[in-house]
Amino acid sequence: MIRLSSVSHQIDGAKILSNISANIPKGQVTALIGPNGAGKSTLLSLIARLQGLEQGSISIDDLDVVTTPSDELARKLAILTQSNSITARLRVRELVAFGRFPHHKGRPNHKDLERIEEAIEQFDLGDLADKFLDEVSGGQRQKAFVAMAYAQDTDYLLLDEPLNNLDMASARNLMRNLTELAAQTGKTIVIVLHEINYAALYANWIMVLKQGQLIANGPAKEILTPQIIADTFGIEVTIHEIDGKTLVMHYG
Amino acid sequence: MTKGWAIALFLLALGTLASLLIGVIDLSQDEIWQDGEALSILIISRLPRTIAILLTGASMAVAGLIMQMIVANKFVEPMTSGSGQSAALGVLIATFLFPASSLFVKMAIACLVSLAGTAGFLALIRKLPAHQPLMVPLVGLAYGGVIGAIVTFIAFHTELMQYLETWFNGEFSGILQGRYELLWLAGLLTMLAYLTADQFAILGLGKNVSINLGLNYKHITRLGLAIVSLITAMTVVTVGIIPFVGLVVPNIVSRWLGDNLRKTLPITAILGATLVLLSDLVGRIVRHPFEIPVGTIFGITGTCIFLWLLYVPARSKPQKTKPSMSGTAS
Ligand SMILES: Nc1ncnc2c1ncn2[C@@H]1O[C@H](COP(=O)(O)OP(=O)(O)OP(=O)(O)O)[C@@H](O)[C@H]1O
Ligand SMILES: [Mg+2]
Repeated sequence: MIRLSSVSHQIDGAKILSNISANIPKGQVTALIGPNGAGKSTLLSLIARLQGLEQGSISIDDLDVVTTPSDELARKLAILTQSNSITARLRVRELVAFGRFPHHKGRPNHKDLERIEEAIEQFDLGDLADKFLDEVSGGQRQKAFVAMAYAQDTDYLLLDEPLNNLDMASARNLMRNLTELAAQTGKTIVIVLHEINYAALYANWIMVLKQGQLIANGPAKEILTPQIIADTFGIEVTIHEIDGKTLVMHYG
Repeated sequence: MTKGWAIALFLLALGTLASLLIGVIDLSQDEIWQDGEALSILIISRLPRTIAILLTGASMAVAGLIMQMIVANKFVEPMTSGSGQSAALGVLIATFLFPASSLFVKMAIACLVSLAGTAGFLALIRKLPAHQPLMVPLVGLAYGGVIGAIVTFIAFHTELMQYLETWFNGEFSGILQGRYELLWLAGLLTMLAYLTADQFAILGLGKNVSINLGLNYKHITRLGLAIVSLITAMTVVTVGIIPFVGLVVPNIVSRWLGDNLRKTLPITAILGATLVLLSDLVGRIVRHPFEIPVGTIFGITGTCIFLWLLYVPARSKPQKTKPSMSGTAS
């Protein structure tokens, strides 16, 4: 479980997150939703110690994010940030392989190598594995970064808008992989999504942020109401059940 | 890959042999072998010079590579962005304050000033907008220029101008036994960089990825800073500033093989050693028996290669399986 208690964050005196207390359940897929600028990325980066925590506390299982050594956390939690700018020129396989670094610290064994190939397989990167990242498309690059986080093989996986640039089939493949991962191996996955129907279909739990405030946090079915969506995004939607699946009609 | 290694090492060996044989005194005359003069020339002058060249080329190329990873920019290198000039400032201060001090003391002071100078550059760079990558080398050039000007100013007022040329325009003609051994330390630092190659490659993936993978970002950055500054200081104290090696060599290797440093750092070192050796040989041959400083030769070739790098887009080899250099070599 990820526990957030009274987490607040400011940048240059501007309040980015105010007093957020919430639990994110273990072994589930949690969707983090909210308008642009709500503070979703900031919250994830605080959980993953990418930014220093100023107020409140965050723990992952029984590990406090601030006091636990960084290399220990790296075997517990992986994060894929919203955008990545890299200086090193790497091939796809080399990038994915660095996901194993927290485990082998420079001396990969056969288990590491297997996991790398498995990650490449999972995200359909086989044909691209020996290409440089600056020679593949935006969506292919995105998949490579997701595969890297996957290869890290941590109990907790935080993904900030992983569907960016992915085509329809790849997006579905990714979401299916993630739900399978949570269901079969008990991993906890937190994923920032903008297309609410992915949240409706694949997430068990939904957390809603708006202007740095926690609007709602609970089982997906309870959160996806026209009321909460209207309060959060300011648009009218209708919600339908089709073949046992929830569909949020927000077009038109 | 293995074929590429073989070719690289063959070129290096050939260059090394040539470097031992070529010089003002012609070692091919039989007489000087008989009276032992040839042997003493080899041991006192040619061998030290050759080793100094190899160590300088390898360690400067690696220092450039490490600096590019810690500042997240491919267009910087320590000799032109303040580290080299700071090292010169250090030697100047040492020469002025303690004129009788040993080479070791001079080097210690040069190392300290170079560390401070490089740290200053990092601090400057951190404040630049991230979306303007070309600002970084420009700020580096300006920063290095300012420190270089301060060195010249002080040297002028302390009547130490005659030393400036030896610090600012690196060359190997003055290298003799007993006057280059500090460079072995630069070689050791290069080995240290190799041992932490993975960490430096991860730095090149950005701060977020580094932290995510459990790296102590600050520590590794500081280690890199130390390696870069110390290698630079040792080189400046022993042979003077040699620009472009740290810029050109890592960029060639990166275009060709990428930046998986565990794999590419040794190649960077070998290519650095080979190119500096070839530049020095050219400098020895062109106006024989006079010498053109290696920095001048490398400056010309380096600029050309750099321009070529800027204009020719990176391209990887078409084959999908294991990368090999056989295509370029045969
Ligand atoms: N470096 C920064 N300096 C100043 N303000 C910032 C900085 N980074 C983020 N902010 C502000 O913090 C707020 C939250 O940003 P954050 O990136 O967490 O939003 P988000 O919910 O992830 O949005 P998006 O959906 O657009 O990715 C925004 O109002 C943004 O303007
Ligand atoms: Mg965001």
